[in-house]
Amino acid sequence: MANMVSFDRLSEEEKHARFMERIAAGEKIEADDWMPEEYRVALIKLISMHGISEIMGALPEKEWVPKAPTLRRKLGIMAKVQDEMGHGQLLLRVAEDLMKPYGKNREDIMQDLFSGDLKFHNVFHMPAPTWGDAGLIGWLVDGAAIITQTNMLHASYGPYARALQRICAEEVFHAQHGEAIIMALTEGTQEQRAMVQDAFNRWWESLLMFFGPAQASTTGSSKQDVTIKYNIRTKTNEELRQDFFSKYIPRALSIGLQLPDSTMHFDEESKMWVYQQPDWNKFKQIIKNNGPKSKERLRLRQLSYHNNEWVREALSPMNKVV
Amino acid sequence: MMTIEELHTNPAYQDALVDLLYQLADDDFIVAYRGSEWLGLAPHIEEDVAFSSISQDTMGHATMLYELLESIGEGDANALAHARKADERKNAILLEMVNGSGTYLQEPKYDWAFAVVRHYCYTLAKTIKMKSLQQSSFEPLAQLAVKINMELHYHLLHWKTWFTQLMKIPGESQERMVAAWDRVMKDMKGVLALGSYEEDLVKYNVMTNETQLMHSWMQEMQSLISNYHLPIEVRLKMNSGNGRLGEHSKDLEDALNTLSSVYRIDPTAAW
Ligand SMILES: [Fe+2]
Ligand SMILES: [Fe+2]
Repeated sequence: MANMVSFDRLSEEEKHARFMERIAAGEKIEADDWMPEEYRVALIKLISMHGISEIMGALPEKEWVPKAPTLRRKLGIMAKVQDEMGHGQLLLRVAEDLMKPYGKNREDIMQDLFSGDLKFHNVFHMPAPTWGDAGLIGWLVDGAAIITQTNMLHASYGPYARALQRICAEEVFHAQHGEAIIMALTEGTQEQRAMVQDAFNRWWESLLMFFGPAQASTTGSSKQDVTIKYNIRTKTNEELRQDFFSKYIPRALSIGLQLPDSTMHFDEESKMWVYQQPDWNKFKQIIKNNGPKSKERLRLRQLSYHNNEWVREALSPMNKVV
Repeated sequence: MMTIEELHTNPAYQDALVDLLYQLADDDFIVAYRGSEWLGLAPHIEEDVAFSSISQDTMGHATMLYELLESIGEGDANALAHARKADERKNAILLEMVNGSGTYLQEPKYDWAFAVVRHYCYTLAKTIKMKSLQQSSFEPLAQLAVKINMELHYHLLHWKTWFTQLMKIPGESQERMVAAWDRVMKDMKGVLALGSYEEDLVKYNVMTNETQLMHSWMQEMQSLISNYHLPIEVRLKMNSGNGRLGEHSKDLEDALNTLSSVYRIDPTAAW
């Protein structure tokens, strides 16, 4: 208690210095702890975007839930999509706690999504027209997610780090589920193999974009500097992208896939993959909800929000008489 | 007790059993599909998680039932689920009906009241059937019923909570729920129907009779209605036809086209 009182007496700068000492020492920050505004804002942005991306990410896969070609595959993809909604739920709760001092809640998150203020991940704006896409999403999109998320497993913000522990454990199953679909297809008929290559080509650019631009200057803004400064993550966008290449390029080649970028190679000297940049202007457009499926998927969520208005009304505290 | 190995000694028993297994499997398969169409569209995220878990369990039950059919010589479980035509299906018509206008990908205008009422009424019926089947003379089915019933307990609780809550709140909520109830009643009898082999099912102690099923269902529902003072009446009807006899609507055909769209690309391929 004495400690608390003395902490309250500190100036903002002193509080900030204490805070930086704590995270430098590897201590976890909890929801009710003092934190710099910049830290809170960065976390809200990062976690609500992560949470809403999990939820929007269920939509391209949802398409394939009924269409999955066997009973086992139906069960597998149902389990995966359910997990993703669960991740969304978990993360939005973490974000909601952070938003409390601003008097904001879930309702605001949804409104921000609809207005375009809250963005969701670039990959979930893209079409998934074949069963090959369903497999590829699990294998490589979840694979990419594992790479960015394990990078934040030791995030200085405790509630986020703990949510990520659970999420990453499940993501491993998702990647296995995706890989199993891809394996079955590559070992299958010519038509099935073509499905995989086709999906791989289609997702290539989105996968490069997944990790974000290397420098803030590319798109005019990047939260990577702030998140590194506050020990929320450790690696840069480019380091993560390189990790992804090192893990998946050899695997893709070993199952007989052709790289959509014929110039791509590993440079022994710099120990870096050399590849052609995606169109970052296109990336900017996509995350501004101008991607090929952005409007359609937002429309799905808006429709359900609207159709279920009476349910929310019925469940509002005013009606809690039952 | 009857086992898979001994089935061939009693063809009449086998015919009746097979028909019942198709009813149970097809019911779960189609209702799990209708449930999965709701994914991402439920009233809130927590419900999306819960509902998709229920649909997944239900699809799991369908899978076990199709696999049981496979083990008694009806053919590959995946083919049974994906390749049978609408008029070969034995599910109740109520369960194949669309969730609302639009499709699950385009302009879905789904009715949560209909979802709650249909799923609650179905889950109650399924629970009663599974209780009876736990005493079934067909041993593998009796065992399966025990397993299914464990998960069903949570499904029933889930839908009962929604059902009573939304039914009790006056105004739009109650109006929508009563309208959905009236719609469901028009075909609920078809869910409790047992098809053309009922006599043999009873004779060979595979399960209880239709009258008993309906009686138990109505009794449960009646006590809920009086406990919670709900403004509804039980009137079981079968207006749209008897799915147990292969009578179906276009809704089923459309659903099957979606459910088998990848399977049909190459039914002989490994997926
Ligand atoms: Fe996830
Ligand atoms: Fe995932």
